Amino acid sequence: MPLLDIRQRSGYLFLAVMLGHVILISAQVTSRSGVPVLEAVTFGLVAEAQRAVSTGVAKVRRTWDRYVWLRGVEAENANLRHQLEAVQVQYQERRALADRASALEGLLALRDRSNLQTAAAVIIAASASPDFRTLTIDKGTSHGLKRDMAVIASDGVIGRIVAASPGAAKVQLLIDRNAAAGAIIERSRAQGVALGGGDSRLRLDYVSEASDVVVGDLVVTSGIDGIYPKGFTIGSVDAVEKSGPAYKRITIKPAVNFSSLETVLVVLTQTPVNQVEEQKE
Amino acid sequence: MKTAGIILAIVLALVLQTTIARFVVSGTVAVDLVLVVVVYVALSSGSVPGLMTGTIAGLIQDSLSTTGVIGIGGLAKTIVGFVTGVIGTQFNIAEPVARFVVFFAATVVHQAITIGLGTVLGLRTFGMPYAAVAGEALGNAVVGVAAFQLTELLPGAVERRRTGRNRLRR
Repeated sequence: MPLLDIRQRSGYLFLAVMLGHVILISAQVTSRSGVPVLEAVTFGLVAEAQRAVSTGVAKVRRTWDRYVWLRGVEAENANLRHQLEAVQVQYQERRALADRASALEGLLALRDRSNLQTAAAVIIAASASPDFRTLTIDKGTSHGLKRDMAVIASDGVIGRIVAASPGAAKVQLLIDRNAAAGAIIERSRAQGVALGGGDSRLRLDYVSEASDVVVGDLVVTSGIDGIYPKGFTIGSVDAVEKSGPAYKRITIKPAVNFSSLETVLVVLTQTPVNQVEEQKE
Repeated sequence: MKTAGIILAIVLALVLQTTIARFVVSGTVAVDLVLVVVVYVALSSGSVPGLMTGTIAGLIQDSLSTTGVIGIGGLAKTIVGFVTGVIGTQFNIAEPVARFVVFFAATVVHQAITIGLGTVLGLRTFGMPYAAVAGEALGNAVVGVAAFQLTELLPGAVERRRTGRNRLRR
């Protein structure tokens, strides 16, 4: 019997701690609408009551509008048809302009590489958890480092700064499962997004099925993310598979050997993301 | 004294984790020393110390990992600590093979909870990295069993050495 009591008490403690964790996580995680989950759940419960009232009113109103009050519907229909035709013509014009712009961008692609201002830093620690691929470097805000600055090595892109103190900064590696970078196949200029998977490989997503990508192709940064400068090596294509009707599933072997890093370079040149954050501050 | 030992073990695990993890950061074999400490405490002290160690160690680990949500690791380690503690009190887990299985299973469960929560909360879009999970489970199991063997054999070895010396003096 005393054993049962202890078990029951530990069970209550377990439930209490679990509830604490759930509340803690809910307070941090934002829902798709950008609101913390905790707030979203509370709001959701209240909203359900409001929805029940509003649904009843809406049903009555819809029935009235659809089946009783149809005055002016024919004129509105004709007007919408005219608007649709005009929009279709505009769409054709915009598409022609986009094609021209794309061709010009292709011609200018190689001109975007510019000299970058960098600071060398030494790696002093790794992540506290193997679930996250981060490194700590020995330079921080007192050396001009800021959040979202790109970190590179001679072989290619390493990651970005996610937190900085005066004397050190935490770098999220590109292979971290929360990391991503705008990428481009250097040979065919096919664009995509390089995503970390938490292991030693990267994935290149959102590459069109029609794109020309073969094993061995070099993948470089596209610069569209506003963090990584354009044209730096991410890695080479390791495998290409079909993924659904629209996209290819591409695996990238990173150019950098993340386990043998000792020193890295932090790109100090202002990127669009840095500039926006600076303006906010 | 026991609490101080557990806290010291957590701190030591975190220090070692941040020091040695960088050398295996890109490989599939990684060791979560903090999880090893949680399972060790749960097996040797029971479900309540296991869950408390899991909560504290997990939250510290989460707070040190800037890119994650604080609480996910804590929740996973709390569950693992509690369940392992219950298993440890219900079954005889004194053999190295049984301990190996417990450490291995605890790592798989821990990863399943972490990845599952990440997926549910929309924090990750990838599937289960089977090779990485298996590698970490294997690493944790080897380190965990070795830790048990060391702590059990070391006092005996010291005692035997002392006895041997005394015999020689006589």
